[in-house]
Amino acid sequence: MNAQDIFNRLVEKHGDAVSDFRAGDLDPCCFVQPWSWPEVARTLRDDPQLRFDFLDCVTGVDWPDKGQIHVVFHLFSYVHKHAFVVKAALDRADPVLPSVVPVWSVANWQERECYDLLGVIFEGHPDLRRVLLPPDWEGYPLRKDYEESDDYHGIPTTRPVPLELLKSPPAAKPS
Amino acid sequence: MANPLAPSPKGLDARYADDSASVIQARVDQVINWLINWGRHNSIWYMLFGLACCAIELMQTGGPRADLERFGSAPRPSPRTSDLIIVAGTLTYKMALRIKRLYDQMAEPRYVISMGSCSNCGGLFQYAYSVCKGVDNMFPVDIYVPGCPPRPEALLEGLLRIQDKIKGEKFLQKRYGVAV
Repeated sequence: MNAQDIFNRLVEKHGDAVSDFRAGDLDPCCFVQPWSWPEVARTLRDDPQLRFDFLDCVTGVDWPDKGQIHVVFHLFSYVHKHAFVVKAALDRADPVLPSVVPVWSVANWQERECYDLLGVIFEGHPDLRRVLLPPDWEGYPLRKDYEESDDYHGIPTTRPVPLELLKSPPAAKPS
Repeated sequence: MANPLAPSPKGLDARYADDSASVIQARVDQVINWLINWGRHNSIWYMLFGLACCAIELMQTGGPRADLERFGSAPRPSPRTSDLIIVAGTLTYKMALRIKRLYDQMAEPRYVISMGSCSNCGGLFQYAYSVCKGVDNMFPVDIYVPGCPPRPEALLEGLLRIQDKIKGEKFLQKRYGVAV
């Protein structure tokens, strides 16, 4: 199936839960309403014509000017050898999306990574912890407005530029 | 003092008559120091420990072509038995706390080689939010080896500088307070 057929199939099953099909993108994609994402995911996996049995990757994109965070799911079918991309647009102030770990269990760590770096809360995730950063990290570093703190556990997060050190006059020795 | 009544020496005895035991005239503590340092600098055991791509080069240095072991450096699996820690690779904050712990477990005297740009100053990743800007933020470093990653020859040079440092140390005085 090509991307247009996949989208038509989804519209057939779920109506206006899916929208905004973009055929011209490098990876043809469509948007899905966040609250109906688990049902759409089940259709994508179980429908005999779709059979997306492999979740390639879960990523997130921060759009501060739109006030949104997009979570992007790349899907592939080993049965039919076709691929599709589903995006969910979330409110940036309160990004919540139902988890698809019950559908594709590989989503477990990928959703944790998305939570770790962008702060998307996946509802129903069995173990939503940080996966890459230390557990006591503050903030979500891939958000565009993230600001690095001055130190982490007493380790400074900046290093003086050596050229600047050379420019400044040497400190007077205590006599 | 020579015995005035003794007959004048002949042969070999005559030859060394005026040298009063010249061979062991060096001070004993200096000799022992030299001996200890000779043993220490030829057996720098390093901790088998790598963080990123520099670790590949570290393995290459231990391989047959560069062969770190011809200088007596053997990899050790435990910080408690190693003398040298080679920080090879990008140090993240998450790892920085753990590497501090490893360093604290090593027994004195201990030496540190910071290998590669990343552990020297953060290197390529110094503007990243998760990378520690230099391992010298965590503990003092003896030798910085530049490069991204350094060639095995460069790391060998770093090890030789550590050896020079050990050779120059007054181990007995430092450790046991023997007067010089």
